Amino acid sequence: MPKPDSLQGSLDLLVLKILSRRPRLHGYAIMSAIKDWSGEVLRAEEGSLYPALHRMEEAGWIRAEWVTKESGRRARIYDLTAAGRKQLDAEESRWEAVTAAVNRVLRTV
Amino acid sequence: MSLGSRLANVFRGDRLSREIDEELRSHIAEAVEHGRDPAEARRAFGSAIRHSEESRDIRIVAWLDSLRADTIFGWRQLIKRKVTSAAAILSLALAIGACTSAFRLIDALLLRPLPVANPDRLFALYREGTGFDGKPQTFDAWAYPDFRLMRAAVKDQAELLAISYAERTDVAYGSDQEIEKAYLQYVSGWMFGSFGLRPAVGRLFTENDDQKPGAHPYAVLSHDYWTRRFGQDPNVIGRTLRMGERLYEIVGVGPERFTGTETGIVTDIFVPTMMHPAAIRDDSTWHRTLAVLKPGVAIEPVRAKLHATSRAFEQERAKGFTGMSRKSIDRFIDQTLLLEPAAAGTSGLQKDYRVALAAMGMLVMLVLLIACANVANLMTAQAAARAREMALRVSIGAGRWRLVQLVLVESAWLAFLAAVMGAWFARWSAPFVVSRINPPDNPARLFLAAGWRVLGFGTALTVGVMFLLGLAPALRASAVKPASALKGGEDPRSRGRLMHALIAAQVAFCFLVLFVAGLFVATFDRLSNRPMGFSPERLLTLNTVAQRSQPPVFWDQVAEHLRSVPGVETAALADRPLLDGYGSNSFISVNGAPPTEVLAYFRSISPGWTGTMKIPFIDGRDFREGDTAPGVAIVTEAFAKQYFNGENPVGKSFERTARHVRYQVVGLVRDAPYRSMREPILPVAYVPLHSVDANGAMQPIREATFIVRTFSSNPLALASTLRREVPRAQPEFRVTNIRSQEELIRAQTVRERLLAMLALFFAAVALLLAGIGLFGVLDYSVLQRRREIGIRMAIGAQAGDIARRVTADVFGMVIAGALAGLGLGLASVRYIGALLYEVKATDATMLALPSIAILAAALLAAVPAVIRAVRIDPVAMLRSD
Repeated sequence: MPKPDSLQGSLDLLVLKILSRRPRLHGYAIMSAIKDWSGEVLRAEEGSLYPALHRMEEAGWIRAEWVTKESGRRARIYDLTAAGRKQLDAEESRWEAVTAAVNRVLRTV
Repeated sequence: MSLGSRLANVFRGDRLSREIDEELRSHIAEAVEHGRDPAEARRAFGSAIRHSEESRDIRIVAWLDSLRADTIFGWRQLIKRKVTSAAAILSLALAIGACTSAFRLIDALLLRPLPVANPDRLFALYREGTGFDGKPQTFDAWAYPDFRLMRAAVKDQAELLAISYAERTDVAYGSDQEIEKAYLQYVSGWMFGSFGLRPAVGRLFTENDDQKPGAHPYAVLSHDYWTRRFGQDPNVIGRTLRMGERLYEIVGVGPERFTGTETGIVTDIFVPTMMHPAAIRDDSTWHRTLAVLKPGVAIEPVRAKLHATSRAFEQERAKGFTGMSRKSIDRFIDQTLLLEPAAAGTSGLQKDYRVALAAMGMLVMLVLLIACANVANLMTAQAAARAREMALRVSIGAGRWRLVQLVLVESAWLAFLAAVMGAWFARWSAPFVVSRINPPDNPARLFLAAGWRVLGFGTALTVGVMFLLGLAPALRASAVKPASALKGGEDPRSRGRLMHALIAAQVAFCFLVLFVAGLFVATFDRLSNRPMGFSPERLLTLNTVAQRSQPPVFWDQVAEHLRSVPGVETAALADRPLLDGYGSNSFISVNGAPPTEVLAYFRSISPGWTGTMKIPFIDGRDFREGDTAPGVAIVTEAFAKQYFNGENPVGKSFERTARHVRYQVVGLVRDAPYRSMREPILPVAYVPLHSVDANGAMQPIREATFIVRTFSSNPLALASTLRREVPRAQPEFRVTNIRSQEELIRAQTVRERLLAMLALFFAAVALLLAGIGLFGVLDYSVLQRRREIGIRMAIGAQAGDIARRVTADVFGMVIAGALAGLGLGLASVRYIGALLYEVKATDATMLALPSIAILAAALLAAVPAVIRAVRIDPVAMLRSD
């Protein structure tokens, strides 16, 4: 099973991407989305998702609000901001550049 | 979210923590709802505390948050120990307030630049040499013709300004017969321009207003005077005022903050130098000279040029000197011209109080250090009590810096609260001290604006105090070794060493304060108990002016009239009262010998003056009606000793050499202080007030002083009556100032009284603080060693032995501190020598008094601790732990 380390640098990208497709998700749902959409390959240490979310919130890429669910429990749901959308574009192109470069190396050797 | 929200989060930290925790909990709950095993979900989640801390640190300014927590914790610590905290804050507040006051005074008098353009390029001209009395002296008075030559000599490098000494003069407005007092200064017409000043109303002088002697009867009022006297009435322009026998037209008002260049006096009226009666005389030095250097000009070449010019002027002038010995003339020529920075103005008050203020500043600084040592000791003792708390904090992961911060924040609380109270104290005390400089009828006026400079000083002082208090205990706390502290160990002696060192320092400072205070008090005591040679009780002096000079007989008639006023015992006339600070002198020659090198001092008196003053005759007679000057003289014992080898001079004669006039000695009287209480007895000759010129014509008198001895023990009760009676006898006469002789004497000892009073107060505070400090340390050491004492008592130690053990270390420190203080005291005396009068630092009493006081305080402070030590019950003590 990949260690959380393998997510380093791409966790922000994944969270932003997921939120751009599916607005208004809480932490657990984001985590589940990462797991499901990656075909259960990518998996974060669940708790470390939250400091990352809070950091992105401080950076102004996402915003949060509390909602009350039918069960009466409160949940904190996240949404992409305009700055987050821009950040997503930047991260995405950076990721593509990096993977393209890595692929080139793999093909050449 | 931004820095703003992170800052805001600091102040809603609890809510933030709750929200983070709730979100994390909701994650687990969600997992369980999705059918996962709660234990597995928690494991997958990782350390909830770590994640929540991490999130918290992201969403908050972490250092500020910890500071907030420590601030609250520190406040609670203070509140927990109300009495000790209050005592610490009060003593610090007093000391900080006193330091701030001292700084305000020093700043206002000596440091703050004048509100003129380029004060940093302003210099005052001095001459350093040997006075006519043979002592080294510095003069700042200049004659105008000399000034004019110097100004021309350096006109490319600097602008010179002639500015007279501010003088208290009589002013009358228009036809108004009421005379009032105002400060007058004669200034160069171009002064305002050179200073870059603009008028508030009307115009200021220019060079054209200062051309021909007596030709520019214009006056400029200072803004302060305009406000005080005229309520800022703009119609004041064009009004006339009379000073002496001359009328002046008011042409303008100066800018708001400019009060002249004589710091400590607010000039009311400026007039051009050409209006001064001695404007073109080369033998009258009546003004200061200031130089405004042009930008980029070096000082030394300008000084050399001025020196050469002035020296040539005096050499030329000295050719006309007669009646002076060669040596006196050489001494007079041989002076060095100096340029001293005058950014803060230049005044007699600065000269008189520079050293005094520095000494007071040092004293209050020492008191502050003593107070700091006290509180630092207190905090060290408390840190000992909290060693376990600190150790616990370290072991659960608090960083060392966090502990330093914890202790420093506590001392910051103390320093801050003390600073706030101290500021309030300084607000009140600085004006209080200023009001006690100078006699009440002529107060010093210093602008004690509480500006950025004072605020900066106060802040720096507060921060300094915070570190003095907190740094040692803070570092100690941070160096705590959890293992040994939690076991209850740690060497108690290392802490004791710091406290003992502080005690020694405290005692040393306290000794110094007491010692200096003792010198000041002794000085004041000796000055005020100086033998007077006359009886100052019940004496009034009435400075009186006639509108025009009047024949002497008219003056005699007024004196005669005053004698008939009920309540008056006797009255006489003199040119001035004794001890008003002024004198006139000249060289004399006895039996046709060459002129003496020692100056003789003169005072003009009427018949009956010696009787009114109660100066006893040794031989000869008083003046009679018809005696005139020159002609006869009454001389003092010191005069006889100086010029007649102590022989009885009655019947002999001397010549006043500068005027070539002879006096025959008709009486010999006892000595009396002449112009100043601090001076040694001078050789004085009394001559008749009635004087005749070379042709024998009687000289009219414009100004003189009536000396009145009253029956009442409060002579001032008669003041208003006498003020009325003088013009009733002669309508031309006006009394301009009434002072009792005792007031004049007091005015001479104002500085000494002030220094003695303040020093005594701070000595008491220092002694009290040092005593409290000693008590605290002794008490603490008993508390620390109570187990050891219990064991000693259990195995049979006597009470005396216990007392000795408990106090020995501390008394060693007291002795060491006192010796250090003694050394400091003896070393510092030469800096304050100018403030002392007939007191020697090495006097046994001067050294014994502080020693005894400190020893007594130490003994008193030791009593409670010793009692506590010998009352320890060994059984209870050994059981308790």
